[in-house]
This record gives sequence, C-alpha cells and structure tokens, in this order.
Amino acid sequence: MDKTLDVTSFTLNGSDVSVAPAPGERLSHSLRERLDARDVKVGCNAGDCGACTVLVDGAPVCACLMPTAQAQGTVVETQAGLVERDDIAQRLADSFHAHQAAQCGICTPGMMTAAVALLRDTRSPDHAQVEDALGGVLCRCTGYRKIIDAVVAAGHGPITAEAVSGDVGTSLTRLDGRPKVDGTERFGDDVAGQDTLVLRVIRSPHHHAEFTIGDLDAFQRAHPWVALVLTASDIPGRNRFGVIPGFIDQPVFAEGLARHRGEAIAAIVGPAEEISRFDPEDFPIEWTPLPPMLTPEEAMVPGAAQLHDGHADNVLCQGFVKHGDAETALARADLSVEATFETAYVEHGYIEPEAGFAEVVDGRLHVHGCTQAAVMDQETLATILALPLEDIRVVPTATGGGFGSKIDVSFQPFVALAALRLNAPVRITYSRQESMASTTKRHPSSITLRIGATRDGAISGMRFDGIFNTGAYASWGPTVANRVPIHASGPYRVRDYVATARGIYTNGTPSGAFRGFGVPQSAVAQEVLFDELAAKLDQDPLEFRIANALENGMPTVCSQVFEQGVGITACLEALRPAWTELNRDCDAFNAQHQARKRGVGVAGGWYGCGNTSLPNPSTIKAGVRADGTVVLHQGAADIGQGSNTVIPQIFARALGADVLRIAIVDGDTDRTPDAGKTSASRQTFVTGNAARLAGEALRRQILSHVNAADDSRIDLGDGVHVIDGAATHRLRLDHLEPDADGYVMRVLESYDPPTKPLDENGQGDPYAQYGYAAHLAMVEVDLKLGTTRVLHMVAAHDVGCAINPLLVEGQIHGGVAQGLGMALMEEYLPGRTENLHDYLIPTFGDVPPIDTIIIEEPDAHGPYGAKGLGEHALIPTAPAILNAITRATGARLRRLPVTPARLRAAIRQAGHD
Amino acid sequence: MSYHRPDRIEDAFAALAADASVIAGGTDWYPARGDGPLPDNVLDITRLPGFSGIARDGQGWRIGATTTWTAIARADLPACFDGLRAAAREVGSLQIQNAGTIGGNLCNASPAADGVPALLTLDAQVRLVSPRGPRDMPLADFILGPRRTARSGDELLQSLWIPDPGAGTGAFQKLGSRKYLVISIAMVASLVRVEAGQMRDVRVAVGACGPVATRLRDLETSLEGRAVDDAAGIVAAAPLGTLSPISDVRGSAEYRLDAVRNMILRALVTSCGGSHG
Repeated sequence: MDKTLDVTSFTLNGSDVSVAPAPGERLSHSLRERLDARDVKVGCNAGDCGACTVLVDGAPVCACLMPTAQAQGTVVETQAGLVERDDIAQRLADSFHAHQAAQCGICTPGMMTAAVALLRDTRSPDHAQVEDALGGVLCRCTGYRKIIDAVVAAGHGPITAEAVSGDVGTSLTRLDGRPKVDGTERFGDDVAGQDTLVLRVIRSPHHHAEFTIGDLDAFQRAHPWVALVLTASDIPGRNRFGVIPGFIDQPVFAEGLARHRGEAIAAIVGPAEEISRFDPEDFPIEWTPLPPMLTPEEAMVPGAAQLHDGHADNVLCQGFVKHGDAETALARADLSVEATFETAYVEHGYIEPEAGFAEVVDGRLHVHGCTQAAVMDQETLATILALPLEDIRVVPTATGGGFGSKIDVSFQPFVALAALRLNAPVRITYSRQESMASTTKRHPSSITLRIGATRDGAISGMRFDGIFNTGAYASWGPTVANRVPIHASGPYRVRDYVATARGIYTNGTPSGAFRGFGVPQSAVAQEVLFDELAAKLDQDPLEFRIANALENGMPTVCSQVFEQGVGITACLEALRPAWTELNRDCDAFNAQHQARKRGVGVAGGWYGCGNTSLPNPSTIKAGVRADGTVVLHQGAADIGQGSNTVIPQIFARALGADVLRIAIVDGDTDRTPDAGKTSASRQTFVTGNAARLAGEALRRQILSHVNAADDSRIDLGDGVHVIDGAATHRLRLDHLEPDADGYVMRVLESYDPPTKPLDENGQGDPYAQYGYAAHLAMVEVDLKLGTTRVLHMVAAHDVGCAINPLLVEGQIHGGVAQGLGMALMEEYLPGRTENLHDYLIPTFGDVPPIDTIIIEEPDAHGPYGAKGLGEHALIPTAPAILNAITRATGARLRRLPVTPARLRAAIRQAGHD
Repeated sequence: MSYHRPDRIEDAFAALAADASVIAGGTDWYPARGDGPLPDNVLDITRLPGFSGIARDGQGWRIGATTTWTAIARADLPACFDGLRAAAREVGSLQIQNAGTIGGNLCNASPAADGVPALLTLDAQVRLVSPRGPRDMPLADFILGPRRTARSGDELLQSLWIPDPGAGTGAFQKLGSRKYLVISIAMVASLVRVEAGQMRDVRVAVGACGPVATRLRDLETSLEGRAVDDAAGIVAAAPLGTLSPISDVRGSAEYRLDAVRNMILRALVTSCGGSHG
C-alpha cells in the first residue's frame, strides 16, 4: 500500500523522537523548530555552506537538503548531542577550544560533526584527510588552518590546554568559547520561541523600478492568516536609516521607487507554516521597470537619472588629500608607472544570515539578534519608530560573523515595527539570497594611479583617482571616500601626493563597511605598481619597500607625525628570511617545471584605527558587589574577533587581578554602556582603553579602601583581598550601601582617541594610531589553465602589543583568507551571484599554511601599546598574491578577482602559449 | 498535501499521475526551489525496489538511479570506472555525495552535471519505467538540453546500464575556481585502453562546454590506434567544433575552449597511465 507518511520517528542524540513534518520539510527545520536542536545551523539552505551538517547513521549530510521523512528509522546526531555523549566529540570540543578553531562559532557545529565522522573512520588523520573530510563546510572567520590543527590534534589523543595566567600577552582561550564548541551558543535565529510569528519581506526583483502597491484589503481577505501587512506608510517615525549624519538616505520600505534589486517594499507577518508556503509573487505590486545603472560609468554619464536629490551626477561625496606637489614631482621623476585597476563587489559571506526577533516587554520594545553595533541599532530604531531611546532595548545574540555588514541595521526595523503593532513577538531569518541581495557589500572600485621615482629608488610623486560604486544608498560610502585618500599612499614616505576618491550612487546593492573600508582596494593598485616600479628600477621589491617605508618622525601624507610606533619597517624586515628562502625555492621549482610556475610576492599595508577625525568614544562600566564579586560590563560586540576575551584581559591587567575571577555582563543596551560599534579595528584600542581606565579606577578605589600601597596585588575569589607586601587585607564591603545595580563600588570610564580634523587638503591628524602589516605570498600557477594555488603565506603584523597572541593569529588567518578570496575568486554581481555556489569564497584547501610574525612596536595611545588589527589582516594579502602571480608568470593583472579565465588571458598576453 | 515514500512501484506511478514532484537525494531538488514554497505533493523514490545499488547485469553493470555518489566512489569497480569514481568524489562535498544520487544528477540535466561525461564515455544507457513498461535509451539521447530530458511525465528513471567497457582506464578532469564545493567551469572524462603503446577504444567526453555534455567522436577517431606519444599533437590540432560553450560568471567561452583542450590531454595522459606535470 502507498502510505502517506505523517509521522517520522528516529533516534536523535540517543533519544527516540517523532515528528509530523510538512510534506518535504527539511530535516534542518524539523530539528530546529520541532525538536529544539538549535545547534543545527542554517547558513544557505542549499548545501553550499555545510553549517547544518548532521550525522545520519554516521554519515555527514546537509540537514537542509534532506526531507525529514527520509530520517525514518535512522540515528541522527548533532553537535550538542555528540559533545554530550561521544568521546571523540568531547576531545574535538576541547581541541577546538584550545586552538581557537571557533571564532564566531556559526560553522562550528558543521565542522565538528563532519570531524566526528572522520575521526570515527580514521583515528589519526593528516592535514589532507581533514581537508577532504571537512571540505563541505565553509568558514569565513578562521581561514581554516586552526580548524585543521584542532582536528589533527584531536586525532592524537586527549587535549591538555596549556595553562596560562590570562594576563595581557597570554593566549587565554576565549572566555565565551565553550558554548561555541558544545552546541549551546545561541545566534540570531536561535532565540525566538517555536511558535513565534514570522515576518517575510517583499523585495524588488528589479534593479530600478517604479511601483504601486495594489489592494491590500483584498490581499488580506484572500490570505486570512496574514496577521499584518507593513509598507512605507506604516512607519511611525522617519522612513530612513543610515549610519552617517547627513547621509541618512535609505528607506525601511521603498516609497514608489526601488533603487536596487532586493530593496524592501513591504512585509507580511503570519504563522511560520503559512509564511513558508507563501509565494511573494502573490503580493500585489505593479512594477514599471526603469533602465538600471549598475556601474559608476553608467551613473556618471551626462543626463543619467539622478538617484538622490542634492547629489548631482550621482556623486555621493568626495574625499581629497593633497600633500606637496604631486604633478611637479611626477614631471621631475626619472621614471613612472601608471595603470587603472578594477575591483569587484565583494560579499561579506558570513555564514549566519541576518536574524533576530522583537517583542514588547512591559511596554518596552526588545530586539534580539545579531549585530555589530547595538547602540547604533537602538538609535536608528528610535528615529524610525518615533520612540524614546529608553523604550528600546537591544540585546545582541552571538553574531555569526559580520565583517562590517552587520553594523547597519537590516532586519531590526521590520520585526520591531511588527512586534509593536501586533504586541506579540515576531521573528525573521533572512534567506541567503535575501541576505546577499539586500545587505551591504565591499565597494567595487576603479582606480587610476600614477607613481614616479628617482633613479635611486625614492618615490617622486603619486597621483591617485578612485571611483567607488556605493550602490543605491550611502551606508558607509562617505567613510570609504574619506579613508581611501588618507591611506592610498600605503605606509610609505610620499612627499608629493594628491588623492581623490569619489563615491558614486548606482542601482547596485548598497556598498558599505567591509573590513578595510576601501583600503584593500587602494592597496591593490599601489602595491602592484610598487612592484612594477621596482622592476623598472631593477630593484628587489622587498628592499624597495623598506627603502621607502615610513618611519617614526616622518610625516604621513596628512602631515601627521608619529614619534613612536611606526612599525612598517619592522614588518617588512621580518619578511627578509622567508623572502630569500621562498624565492630560492621558486627558482629551483621553475628550473624543473614548464607547465607550472611559482612566484613570491610581497605587499605592505597600514590602517588607521578608529573613526576618521571624528569622535568615537567607548565606555566601560564595572562594579564590586557586596560579596566581593567584581563585575565587568563589556558592551563591545564580539562577532568572533574576540573582544569578549581581550577587553576583560585588559581590564584585569589594569585592576591587577586574575581575569578568570571576574564576572562579565555581555552586551545589552540595558546593562552595558555604549562601547561603540565593532568596526574600524577600534575595539581593542578604544574600548580596550576604556577598560584599562575602568580597571585602573577600580583598583584605586579598592586600594584606597584599605590604604594599601600602589603596587599591591588584588586577589579575587571569596571576597576581595589586597596583598600589600606581607599584609593581606580582606575588604569589608557588607557595611557599604549597594547602588541600584547592587554594587558597593562602581566605575564608569570612557575613552575617545585624540584626533584632529582634516583641512580642505586632508591635512591633520585623522587617527590616533595606525597598525602596520606586510605579507608574503608564494603561489603556483598552472600556465595552461590559469589556475592559482596559494602555497604559503607569511604575515608580519605590528600590533603594538599582542594582548592575546592566539587571537591575533586568528584575526590574521581570517583576514588572509578573505584577502585571498578577494584576489582570486570573489565577485558579487547583483542578480547573478546571490548564492554561495555562484559567489565563491575560499574553502578548505584554498587557504595555505600561514606563518604569522607578531611585531610589537608600542603605540603611544593604545592600551599597553596595543593597536587595532581587524582590517590590517586583509589589506596586504590580495596585492601580495597578485605580485606573486606576476613574478611567476609575467602576467600583468589589472582586474580582480583574478579568475582562471582572466589569468589565462593575461598569461597569453605575457607571451606564453 | 502529501509526501509519498512508497515501496511499491505501482504506488509511485499513482503519485506521479497526481503530478507529484520527484525527490531522491534532495541535493538539487531543494536548491531548485530557491526561496519559493515547496511543492505540496512529493514523491520520494528512495525506497522503491530495484532503484538502488551496483551489480553485474548480463554483459555489463547496472547502477540504480538512487545510488549515492559515495556508494559509487566506494564501489569495487574495474579501472574503466576510474573516471566515474573520480567524478563521484568531485560532486559538491562529502555531504552532497552522501545524499545526492546518480539518477538525480541525470534528471536534473545541468550542463555542469559532474557525472555525465564519464557516463558518456562508458556508453551508459538509462532505463525509464512507467505503467506502460520499461524503456531503454542511450544517455546521450536522454539529456536534451539544460534542465530538459526525454523523461515523460509518467516515467521514472530507474537505473543505468553500462555495457562491459573492457580493459580500459577511465579518467576525469574537473576545472573550478576553488578546491571544494565548486561548480565546474569545464570537465573532461576519458577512457582508453593502451595496447602495445597504442591507444584503443578511445572515448572522450566534455561537460560544461555546451548545453549538454558531449562525446568528441572526431577526436576519438583521430586518436584511435595512434601511439600514446602522439596524443599531444593530435589534441593540439583537434578542431573541437562540436563544443559550444557559453560565457558566464565562471569563465568566458574562449577560455573554456582553450582550457578544455589542455584538460583533454591531461585526462588522456591519466587514462594512458602517465602523469602530467
């Protein structure tokens, strides 16, 4: 007999379970929403990312591609269940934690389940076996190498974590790391209740179109389950959001005109089951498509449609820096190079799509979800919803990667408005396609650069002109336009310099913040031309850079002078041994091989930490409870980079106490003061300084309470003890009156980096500190196919002071992987690569071993000398790889990504057959 | 609204008659739905008898349509299947190979289907079943174009039959922009028997270089009986006029034609027992 299955029974993590899935329901959905196995993560719903990997009868499969009905009678295992019950999984959890193989943690469930299957088959796998077995899971944070190390180590027996004090300078394992490896971490989609109403956004399928919304009453009558329909007219406050005052131009819901594909037009709310069966084409919208302008070229044509009032020629804004006299110096130069470079839209590719939920609690709005900037979210919601700030609470969940895009609001206004209107919780999870089509990207760029030099190898004049496609709305476009001219010289001594960067509105997806804010693009042009200049001069590329490197006491192109902490020379010099050795290896290989050639490339980079000439304070609060517990309120959003660990380490050092004995309150706008956004490599520097000041202030209070000497030790645990020489004082706190938070002592400290405004020529002190970096890449190119394998990377980074060296390595590895992707494969095309199989990010096997060299040239302002690092890790990677390819093949590369097709064409142009 | 997972073929036919959407491993079925709703009426063929497994069958081999890529990669098969097994290990990821089926790969009819070139070199035949009875046809006749096959609405792809390919060695080359989880820019499968230094029974098929994967019959003829060492020159001079690649996000048409020539040679070298450097 044919049987229509309504109940599916299987064993889940050792327990017998039964569910009644909808026809064709995905196993991932049943596990998460019916069986509460929210350790199963959904990153793409298409088998492209592997985050949802579970074991079915021991075999790893993507739960998002398996009908629940096929699980009938099987044994299903997930990360959380495995870690609870399986020796191998427990060993893996320890190993992932010890190696910091989980950064944001969103891919970790998939990685670990795949690794369990491998280790059950192969007791002690080697690196290649790990890559093959885990190759179906994508990670955007770690660069994979720490994951490989963690699995290999787990194959060699129990993991004994190295005991460290946790002090500044030690590789303390992540304080928030355990939940990431045991399956209990909760991300944006993991916090709403199972029966929460679901919101679905109706989006523009056109790049550029006028529209009218049809009869909504009739629509609701035809769809009686629809609890709420929202359009622009429902916005109670201002239907605009953005991130920079004066550039707040993006509507929550478009008003009659869609300026990009994926723009939100309306939203409907209903029960999950009905929403999942709803076809958005049934929503009544009448479209009048308009010709799209997808590139700045099209948008800058005289007579082109103007996307925003007050922005003639679709120019969003322009940044400008002028130092000395570039034209005269270029005319005087003995030789020069000039070229135009094109870089593509780059997608952030975090594995966690935007997700969260909102609810009304005691008359206040609570918004839970992934974010990089809780307080900015709160402020944005207040203007959109016309609510006082104090009526809004933003509670960040764990954030499964951000890299800049989760600074802007995305889902928050929709669910917030819906929850307020319905007075009920409302949730949303972006689909992968929706995430890619609607959230910000790295700006595509077209850069024309000319650099001159004297015959003895000194730079003589540099002229930079960059056009950045900012897409349909401003987002962080002004920041890119302003940052790029300041950074486009690279960390070198350039006396005569002029640089212009313009952001141009188009009908593309909005471009915004992405690790480096335009600097990775400008570094490609500058560092590739440096190699061509060195070649013309017949100089070694590394030595050419060292000879021109910026040093202490030398003015930057903004005339800013740092008396200490300029670490680029140290970074470049640290590469010398590897440069010599790898070049020798390549020469030997190339003498033996014709069809494949190897080359080594070098590039440098710098990045100013914090906002450009604008205030960006962070505030840290801490207190002592009557029982002696020290509590740190840490609001810096940890999106995987590690601020939940680094900030406490700094605070503990300043307090003079053991970091492991400090209680931590995580980000929550009701409980943690504003630590600013997680961007611009500012958290370790800026929030770190606030934490240092808070720790120092609390220490003073504690010591003065018992009149102890300045060099006393503070011992926490079972009260606060002050050890002053031979004497130990136990603080008597029970007689003190606790404040509203329950603290008998409290501190609140802020830090804002000292900067000076830029004048009309971009002269001033834009940043209080820069971080510096230099990378080496060794590549092998298949001349006939144009494919590139990066074989080895060496990354030297001046971080001032490595607060946590293992976290520093993690940032560098992840940045290198993203730089590699940008160089070789990543190209977002609106409407064409809106998924993770047409848009490619590096997989296991694409990221080579990375040697990291940590340089510590202390910064005058950083906490204990520390500098920011997040963006720096990415900046030199792509140009180092391009330079390596050119040195291997002679091919001139002008357009990113260097796909096999483009490289093969360039190789043929260079004269190979 | 129903999900049928019958273990009798008659029940499958009944569901099919009611317009059920056919699912096997699901690895193409779900992504094809995008963000749209799932069909209400689904026929899951993974429990049907005779639809799974690999076995000798007369003068050849029969592979059930719902046989997974992992089962193919792990099967104890002679060297003529090396190309197919290599392709099996390149489909998506291990997770995809554990669920995705060979029949689904064919019915999905993607121009970049990894399994097709090797199956073409193996002269695979497909068997369709319906209430009208079984129907066999060459694979080359089954796939008509992108997302189009010769399967009628009342038919199911039950199995493939591969006539005994003899003593040749298969090889597979896949070109992509990254190591894992990559859709092919181009693919080549070859099958060659080397006898006294000469190439015999030469078969070459190319995928992702036209609407359907295709055998290069002219090239096969010009290679037949020639010395292994002559292959490079013959391939270099081959017109390859039957290929009609498109330009897309993965590569230009010009690049595909250029690259595939080198891939053909590399596949042949592997089939002939050599290595390429």
